[in-house]
Amino acid sequence: MTVPWKTEQAVQELLRLEGISVRLGGREILRDVSFTVGPGEFTGLIGPNGAGKTTLLRVILGLQPPTAGRVLLNGRPRPRRGGERLIGYVPQKLAIDPDMPLRARDVVSLGIDGNRLGFPLPSAARRELVDEALRAVEAERYADARVGELSGGEQQRVMIAHAVIARPRLLLLDEPLANLDLRSEQGIVAVLARLAREQRIGVLISAHDMNPLMAETSAVVYVAGGRAAAGRTGEVIRADVLTALYGSQVDVLRVQGRVIVVAGEAPQPGDPVGAGAVARPDGS
Amino acid sequence: MHYIFEPGLFSSGPVRTAVLVGTVVAVTSGVIGVLTVIRGQSFAGHSLADVATTGGAGAFLIGVNQFWGFLIAGVAGAAIMELIGVQRRRGRDVATGVVLGAALGAAALFLYLGTQTSSTTGASFTILFGSMFVISPDTVPALIASGIVALAVVAVLSRVLLLTSLGPDLAAARGVPVRAVGIAYLMALAVAVSLSAVAIGAVLSTALLIGPAATALRVTKRPGLAMAASALTGTAATWLGILLAYDSFYWSSSGRGWPVSFFVVALVLIAYLLSYARRPSRGRRAGRAAEARKVLVEG
Repeated sequence: MTVPWKTEQAVQELLRLEGISVRLGGREILRDVSFTVGPGEFTGLIGPNGAGKTTLLRVILGLQPPTAGRVLLNGRPRPRRGGERLIGYVPQKLAIDPDMPLRARDVVSLGIDGNRLGFPLPSAARRELVDEALRAVEAERYADARVGELSGGEQQRVMIAHAVIARPRLLLLDEPLANLDLRSEQGIVAVLARLAREQRIGVLISAHDMNPLMAETSAVVYVAGGRAAAGRTGEVIRADVLTALYGSQVDVLRVQGRVIVVAGEAPQPGDPVGAGAVARPDGS
Repeated sequence: MHYIFEPGLFSSGPVRTAVLVGTVVAVTSGVIGVLTVIRGQSFAGHSLADVATTGGAGAFLIGVNQFWGFLIAGVAGAAIMELIGVQRRRGRDVATGVVLGAALGAAALFLYLGTQTSSTTGASFTILFGSMFVISPDTVPALIASGIVALAVVAVLSRVLLLTSLGPDLAAARGVPVRAVGIAYLMALAVAVSLSAVAIGAVLSTALLIGPAATALRVTKRPGLAMAASALTGTAATWLGILLAYDSFYWSSSGRGWPVSFFVVALVLIAYLLSYARRPSRGRRAGRAAEARKVLVEG
């Protein structure tokens, strides 16, 4: 089997955003956002709810045309068609009923060629590929369970397997840790870190709380107020950088390896943890 | 003395037509019904049935075979639904309800006028509730052909339809033209509803679309198997319904049989109820999932 990402090692950037701005219905969602993601890089896309993280992911996926700026994949402008082969995507939430007749392995199998016409014939090679993807996310235990009956964390693992089975170079995940318990969070972050390391996939994961990602992320893109600051975690998560981004006084506290971003004003209800509030609701 | 297979069952022309058409209808509706339930578009199926009723009544009024009325109205209805986005916006439920009410009102007018001019009182009953024993043999090739076309469309699109049902964005990100696929699927659904309307009547047509599919989804967890089980359930209900309706001519001395549609719909319901008796091994997982949700909500 050929390993596609090894043939283009010369390209050190999988993804480059240059001055991306998005206006929707007269409202400015994103302004002049630029950053890069390289092979094997595990990048956190951090910011409060409503900051434009999902919009940014949609721009990269080609689902949302930017009003200004451009997206480069592998050093070339994102093609209108065909760019999807490079990108794996895990959406925030699945529209799955418990009664939906899809097993975890069927969902993963759709990752191979679910975008093509016709129906797949079962084959040993196909089954092996699906099993391998399920093993990579440690989901083989519930391979034959209905996906609608799995827990949130289990569904996320299945969707990650679905996204990486087609061997993308870049993996985008929209809030995969939302509503998960601490153990599921850690498990999924570990799986993603290993995929980045072993398969040299560039991982861009959006989250409103950066702390579950801290152990593994090498870089961070912090989105607030429509603008973004990008760089190594230590360069971005600083009081002066975030104060400039938010446009108001922001303090960064480091407590026992955890980062707490405290905005000047009192936190509003619904403010994301780690970007304004002081403690996580589960007290961890 | 009654027989299970009353004399003349297999030599009767109308029975043979009924079995042939009924099978095509059951298979088409069964397969497309599974996708309809998966995509959460049962409401679209129901709306199309109402619109088809108007088409069938209109066809009766101008003296055209009702299948063409069902089909043209259904396809036009599907196109309009796509244009105004009925299936996407919940807020349009009310507007849709009003329009469908008006469509059925028009159907009432057409049926009334049609009955006045042609004095065939059975026609309106046939349009609303169907009768497989009075399907005219010359429409049979058209019925079979449209069933095959609709099945071919969903067979070609099956993977894409499943991917889209996981998440429209997910499919769009993979380069699937989600909207075009949705339109093609709605057209296939309109054909399935029209066929079902011919067999068991426009008003009852969703029973054959949704019932076997809902039954199948309860007993299997694989998409292909669900479609096969749904087609089988629908076919079994249709065949058994035809048999019982034929037998019912001999149940009383009056020589009047009960409508096939009644038996088919009743059998579909029985199959659905039976599926509750046999539950696949989902208890453990469902329990765990429920537990996890509880932890999330309360924790």
